[in-house]
Amino acid sequence: MPDTLSGKLGVWKYLILRRITQLSTLLLFFGSAHWAWNYNELPVISGNLSSSLLLGFIPLADPFAVLQILATQNTLLSEVLTGTLIVLAFYFIAGGRVWCSWVCPINMVSDLASRVRRKLNIQNAVQISRRFRYTILVLALVLSAITGVAAFEWISPISIFHREVIFGLGSGWAILLGIFIFDAFILKDGWCGHLCPLGAFYSIVGRFSLLRIKFDAPTCTHCVECVTVCPEPQVLDFKQATSKGYISAGECTNCARCIGVCPENTLKFDLKPWIKKQELTINNQQNLTTKTDNLNETDHGRKIA
Amino acid sequence: MNSISLKARRKFLKGITQNVAIASTGGLIWASLLQKEARAMPSAMRPPGALDEKDFNAKCIKCGQCVTACPYDTLKLANTSDQTPIGTPYFIARDIPCYMCPDIPCMKACPTGALTPKLENIEDARMGLAVIDIENCLSWLGLRCEICHRECPVKDSAITVEHHPRKLSKHAMFVPLVHSDACTGCGICEKACPTDEAAIKIVHPELVQGSVGEHYRLGWENEGAITQEFTPEKMRSDTSVDVEPGGLDYLNTGDL
Repeated sequence: MPDTLSGKLGVWKYLILRRITQLSTLLLFFGSAHWAWNYNELPVISGNLSSSLLLGFIPLADPFAVLQILATQNTLLSEVLTGTLIVLAFYFIAGGRVWCSWVCPINMVSDLASRVRRKLNIQNAVQISRRFRYTILVLALVLSAITGVAAFEWISPISIFHREVIFGLGSGWAILLGIFIFDAFILKDGWCGHLCPLGAFYSIVGRFSLLRIKFDAPTCTHCVECVTVCPEPQVLDFKQATSKGYISAGECTNCARCIGVCPENTLKFDLKPWIKKQELTINNQQNLTTKTDNLNETDHGRKIA
Repeated sequence: MNSISLKARRKFLKGITQNVAIASTGGLIWASLLQKEARAMPSAMRPPGALDEKDFNAKCIKCGQCVTACPYDTLKLANTSDQTPIGTPYFIARDIPCYMCPDIPCMKACPTGALTPKLENIEDARMGLAVIDIENCLSWLGLRCEICHRECPVKDSAITVEHHPRKLSKHAMFVPLVHSDACTGCGICEKACPTDEAAIKIVHPELVQGSVGEHYRLGWENEGAITQEFTPEKMRSDTSVDVEPGGLDYLNTGDL
């Protein structure tokens, strides 16, 4: 961490921006619902993160929630389907899991848990595969089809929390506490990185999306600062990043923590079509291979689950 | 095959089995929770145009746009502490009833169709059915009240006032009666009822309504139509047979 304030701000730039978008999204919903924030006498945004209407005419909808309702063999009105397409188009451009790191309110809780975890140096109490979220994703769709109700929407802590912020508090905050305890004391990035099927859904979108983290291989010194701060460290596969020129895994949340900490400016946001593939000498490649293999084994004292 | 690949295969299979085991156990618990919530007896009053409870629970995306659209703050979204399935809109008539806006803004705000756009006239809404507790209704106790009748927005058809003999008196009582063919279940009567606990309440029709069944013949009501409908197949096809008179007389005609 740099000592000067401007240096610190450089590291924190994206963190500050993310907090601004997360909080302003919450505030926009809250203000529209409680303080009648309006535009042309229509609410600025009505509804919640499951489905909403922006400026009175732009429908938005959670594609995964819609997918679950469709799995129950119910037909839906075109409004919510249009909203789904708009949201999908946005995340196709901005990066699938931009949802997770820039919008989802749970991110603030899991970030806080990570911080506590780092400070207290807590070890994982359980091990779950990071692929387990895809199992939950499939399970949510199968159960929606069997039981006839959108399975994840009935237990989703994201929807429950967001609803209760806007429409009145129940005991939803307890779920946040649950996530905090789970993430801080039981499993690192437990909810967002291992279980959340919505994150899994957006990971699939992210595989195809345009805005990615560009990896400028020749400048990388393999200091692995980026791996230390990354909430999904398995995506920083240097071998793959070198050959493709960007972080290609859909699980990358575009949170830009790595951009902030990289001392060499190796990592930057860029649009996929503009990223040129980089030619590598055999020598360079071998060098990389051994370094990343070591990294994957030890991960500097941290096991990548 | 060498021992390393065997080991890897064993590890892989073990991993798969564990994953399947966790998924199926978790899935069973998850499914049973869902079944319990989704199949619960309907108790909450839904906004106008709401589909059957089962379809409504499936289609509602729990966004609360109907809640925001309601100009009277009638609607609430069920949170974790409520009995109603989580995230779905409902209202408590005694607190704030549905004031039956003619343009039905809540229904129009619904993006999924859980509140069906097929509802064109608010008077066709069936949010519930008013039911009178005649043991506590002031009118049925012999006082003059009829507030529910006067407040009812479906004037003189959902609630009518009928006269009813009073015990040990030549005077009559005037008592309210609810008619299910016109009652929208808006709950304005429940809100207006002056008793401590409302003596007229909105409930889900399926919790209180019976069904006569087709085999009972009410010969004195709509005579022609009913006789026609309940005339045995054989006679109905033969137009030369005079289906009048009604009642049980058809048993004496033909070759039964």
